[in-house]
This record gives sequence, C-alpha cells and structure tokens, in this order.
Amino acid sequence: MATMIKGIAASSGISIAKAYRLVEPDLSFEKKTIENESEEIKRLHRALDEAKSQLQTIREHAEKNLGSDKAAIFDAHLLVLNDPELIQPIEEKIKTEKVNAEFALKETTDMFISIFEQMDNEYMRERAADIRDVRKRILAGLLNVTIPNPSTISEEVIVVAEDLTPSDTAQLNRTFVKGFTTDIGGRTSHSAIMARSLEIPAVVGTKTATKDIQNGDLLILDGLTGEVHINPSEELLETYRKKQQEYEAQLAEWAKLVNEPSVTKDGKQVELVANIGTPKDVEGALKNGAEGVGLFRTEFLYMDRDELPSEEFQFEAYKTVLEKMEGRPVVVRTLDIGGDKKLSYLPLPEELNPFLGFRAIRLCLERTDILRTQLRALLRASTYGNLKIMFPMIATLDEFRQAKAIFLEEKEKLAKEGIPTSDSIELGIMVEIPSTAVLADQFAKEVDFFSIGTNDLIQYTMAADRMNEQVSYLYQPYNPSILRLVKMVIDASHKEGKWTGMCGEMAGDETAIPLLLGLGLDEFSMSATSILKARSLISKLSQEEMNELAEKALNMRTVDEVIELVKKAVN
Amino acid sequence: MLEKSYKVIADTGIHARPATLLVQTAGKFDSEIQLEYKDKKVNLKSIMGVMSLGIGKDAEIKIIAEGSDEESAMKAIADLMEKEGLAE
Repeated sequence: MATMIKGIAASSGISIAKAYRLVEPDLSFEKKTIENESEEIKRLHRALDEAKSQLQTIREHAEKNLGSDKAAIFDAHLLVLNDPELIQPIEEKIKTEKVNAEFALKETTDMFISIFEQMDNEYMRERAADIRDVRKRILAGLLNVTIPNPSTISEEVIVVAEDLTPSDTAQLNRTFVKGFTTDIGGRTSHSAIMARSLEIPAVVGTKTATKDIQNGDLLILDGLTGEVHINPSEELLETYRKKQQEYEAQLAEWAKLVNEPSVTKDGKQVELVANIGTPKDVEGALKNGAEGVGLFRTEFLYMDRDELPSEEFQFEAYKTVLEKMEGRPVVVRTLDIGGDKKLSYLPLPEELNPFLGFRAIRLCLERTDILRTQLRALLRASTYGNLKIMFPMIATLDEFRQAKAIFLEEKEKLAKEGIPTSDSIELGIMVEIPSTAVLADQFAKEVDFFSIGTNDLIQYTMAADRMNEQVSYLYQPYNPSILRLVKMVIDASHKEGKWTGMCGEMAGDETAIPLLLGLGLDEFSMSATSILKARSLISKLSQEEMNELAEKALNMRTVDEVIELVKKAVN
Repeated sequence: MLEKSYKVIADTGIHARPATLLVQTAGKFDSEIQLEYKDKKVNLKSIMGVMSLGIGKDAEIKIIAEGSDEESAMKAIADLMEKEGLAE
C-alpha cells in the first residue's frame, strides 16, 4: 500500500483529517435459484427497511441544509420504496420463479424504468432516474455494501473520489469537508474550481486515490505541493502541523493587503477581481480583497434544478451580487453550457467533440428564449450596481452583433413596460477562440471590453482537450504563441480606448502575473483565495521591468525558455 | 364504494409534489383507492402508478374508494385537492 501519492495541487492549503470515500460501490450480482422463498422475501424487506431508514436520514439532513424543496425529492423516493405496485411484483417473482431478490428487483424495476423512459414528457422520463436511484439503494442493502451519503457527513473529513460532479459538491456539507482528493481532473476541472471557491485544499489527478485510500484512513492533504500522505507517522504529522501554522501565518500577512490597491512598486495600478459562481461566493471575494467580480459564472444558477431558472429567480441572484459588491464592477457571463457542463432538463445531442460543438453563445443564439430571460433579469438588476455583461465563446462579430441586438430589444421592451434599467452597462466578449483573438482589432471597435478565457483559449490554440490527461502537457499558458495572442487582444483594446481582463486560471498564476503585467493586462480575475497573494506579488514588481520581460518572452521559442526567463527575472 | 370526479387545475398537473402528497394521503387509509384517467385505473397508493399516467393540467380524473374508511379517505383527498389547488 502506498503511504504517499502525488497529484496536481488544485487548491492551496493543508488539511489533516480522516478519509471519506465518495465512491460508487460494486453492485453487480448473479441470477440465482433459491430454495426458501419466504426467507428471500424477508431478506428483500430487510433491505427495503434499511433503504427507508437511510433515506429518512438523508431527507432530514436535506431539509435542514438545503430546504424543504430539495428534501421533497426524497419523499418521492420513500414512496417508491413503499409502492405496493413495485413490491408485490417483486415478491411474486421470487415466489413463482424462485429467483434471488436481487434478480427479481432488477427485472421488475427495469420494466418500470422502460415505461417511464418511453413517455413523451421530459419530466416523466427523468423519473426513471429516481427508480434507478432507489434500486441502487435496495441493491446495496441486499449485497451488504454501503452507498456513501455525503450529505450526512458529521465530522471533519477529506473527501476521496474518482471525480466530483457539481451535484456531488452541492450535497457536501461545507462545515465538515476539509479537502478533496480525486483520481482524475486538473487545475481547471470542476472539482478544482469548487475547492478554491470553498477555500479548502484539493489535490486532483492522483490517478490512484480511490485505490490507495480506505474509509477512515488519516490523511495529510497538501494543496501546496500536491502530496497526499496516507496514515502518516506522528513525526510527519508534527512537521505538517508546523507547515499548517506557517501557511496560516502567511495568510495573515497577506490579509493586511485586503483594503489596499493593487499597485506595482513603480506605481502602475491594475484591478484584481474575483471569479464567482453563486451569490454566496461574494462574501469570500470581499474577504479576500476583490476589487470587483471579473467573472460571474451563471451556470450554477441553472444547475441542480428540474427546470430553467425563472427571470425572477435570476433577477434576485444578480441583484444580490450587485448590491453586495456596492458599486464595484461585476462582470456577468451569460450562460455557458455545453462542453463538459450539462443540464439534466436541457437535453443536448451527444456530440463527438462537445468542446467544438453546440455550446455557450451558439446554444443561446439558437435558444434565444433562454438568453432573453437571462438578459431581462440582468437588465432589471442593472440599477442595483455596476453591471457589465459578456458573451462566452464568441467566434465571429456576427454572433456578438446578434447577442447585442437581443440585449437592446429586451432593454427597449423593459423601457416600454416602465421598468428602469441602467444606461451604462458595458457589453463585452470572452476571447477564448483563436479566431477572435486574431481579429481583436476589428472586435475592439464594437465591444466595450475583452475578457480572455485562458482555459479554453489554450485548449483551442494548442488543439488539446483539457479533459484529456494524455495531452495535458500541451496545456502551456506561457507558450510564446499564447502570449502573442494575449498581446494582440490587449493592444487591440487599448488602441480603441477599451480594456482587457483575463478570467482563466492563468490570471492568478504566479509565473503568468509578471508576464501579463508586462503585456499590459488591465484586470486580473481569479479565485478569491489567490487575490491577496497576487497583490503581494504585484507590489514587489516593477512595471518597467515587466514590460521588458514580456517583450523578451514574446520572442522566446519554447515554453521552458519562458519559464526560465520569468524565474530569473522575478527571484 | 364512493367515487368522485375532478378536473385538474394545477399548472404542473399531477407530478412531483402533488403526486407525492396524493399517494401519501391515500396510504393512510385501509380502503382500496383507485385513480382513473382516460379509462386507465391505477392504485392511488402507488407513486409509480400515479406518475405513469402523466396527468397534465385540465385532465378529467376520477377517484374511487372502497373499504371500511372510504368516507374519510374521500374527504381527506378532497381536502388535499382543494388546499393544494390541484383539482376541483
């Protein structure tokens, strides 16, 4: 057994806690002929009772933590467990066919699942998933394995999983989860972004975490180096407790900069702003000294729901963020769904290349009803603060013009309805497709600002799927080709008196910041927890020197040469 | 045996929460309680039976109860329909 595994340090900090495996158990079984039917039916009922008591516990936790709306889904699950039309046929099958409970359960539920899946109502089709969920729980009881219930965690833990989906992380109890470690993923995967937003350490992409770590193992999770120690010695624990203290002291030092401007030592001021996903994240952004919000990822308003969020629901969310930011700029990105982000109630065709497919603005310009609702909600909220809107995945000026036209139409409609909206909303675009970066000089004449989305810009420029670990070496933010694209965009905006921000991972990266300063970036948007560290770094740099550094970097040949150059210049 | 017809007025029809409430209510009684819709009858104590009908707004449905507590069952269901604005 390994005592230490290594992965990608995806969210900084150090945690020491017990492991909690969030891993799907093996529920495979064989069809068997049984002798004693009544014993088999008793076994079925024991599993049903166990499933009921588990669901009741989950329901109570959900009610307490997520509200009765979310808890209601478990009422439906409990009714399925009590459903005579489901239980009787299973019992009947056990009696007449003399098969084991597992098999009878599967056959019967399969029948119901296929009935629901064939219904022409999307809502009903999803009920098939409820039956699957309940079946999983009964099967686990029959097979004597445990299904993890992350919502019921009640002590400090480090979650160990193959990967974490948005719905997994939504269920986690923030008070007790002190860190994540996963088998797959990189710095830009959902689990990593979530960990940074929750301000807990994370080590992702370990490949073997779920294999090497058992429930209850004591773990040291080092989100600074990417190391995970399993059942460490007392000596190692002592070392890490010290490291933890040092890290906290460092954080306290940075915290002094919370109300300071972001200025280089020779007086050049830039803006350090936060990426957020929900109104809840605003608190963390302000606590970490954000001068605004550079990216409000609105996808989270659309996730973990059964239907599209209403205008009213969105309005409240945008209004809350704008009010809490008290006049600081808030850049909201319109819905960016598709690619690796899916919505259960908005079925999209399976695509061979989802990252090159029907996503973000492409989807919104087709489903204009979705875009209109979002823009109306934003327009209505615009009077509560300093709102800027940007459209994701813009590849052509036509796309931007169409989106802008819809925005203006909705603004006009609201004016006719007598609803006030702000007249100073800036409209910008995400630059994440190389065609847009190359044509930035033309775009700059029509948009109010650019925000460079480096995660996608890098993947599209290098033609390397960022979810594919085998080509992860091509994720090269400091490659001179990327730096040149970034420079083209920044220069184009400045020429028209506009500004450029960056909202990918790169904006908060220690090696990238000196280069980006030198390239003239105006706004750096990053995870809230990176802001103070970045402000501290910027205060030690000179704009003049960084200009020279960037100039040299643009003329390097390889990414390694660039990294070497930055290291020499900054240390 | 008692029966009563309703017209569904809830926008969402008898899905999710309304279906849950109806089945929960029916489950409290010993009588056999059935829901009839478009010539199909299902056990009102079965969530999957009720959901499988896919009852939408404006649907005409019938509730049929038979057993020792049929009267109180019919009353409880009528109260629920009214209180939740499900049907009239």
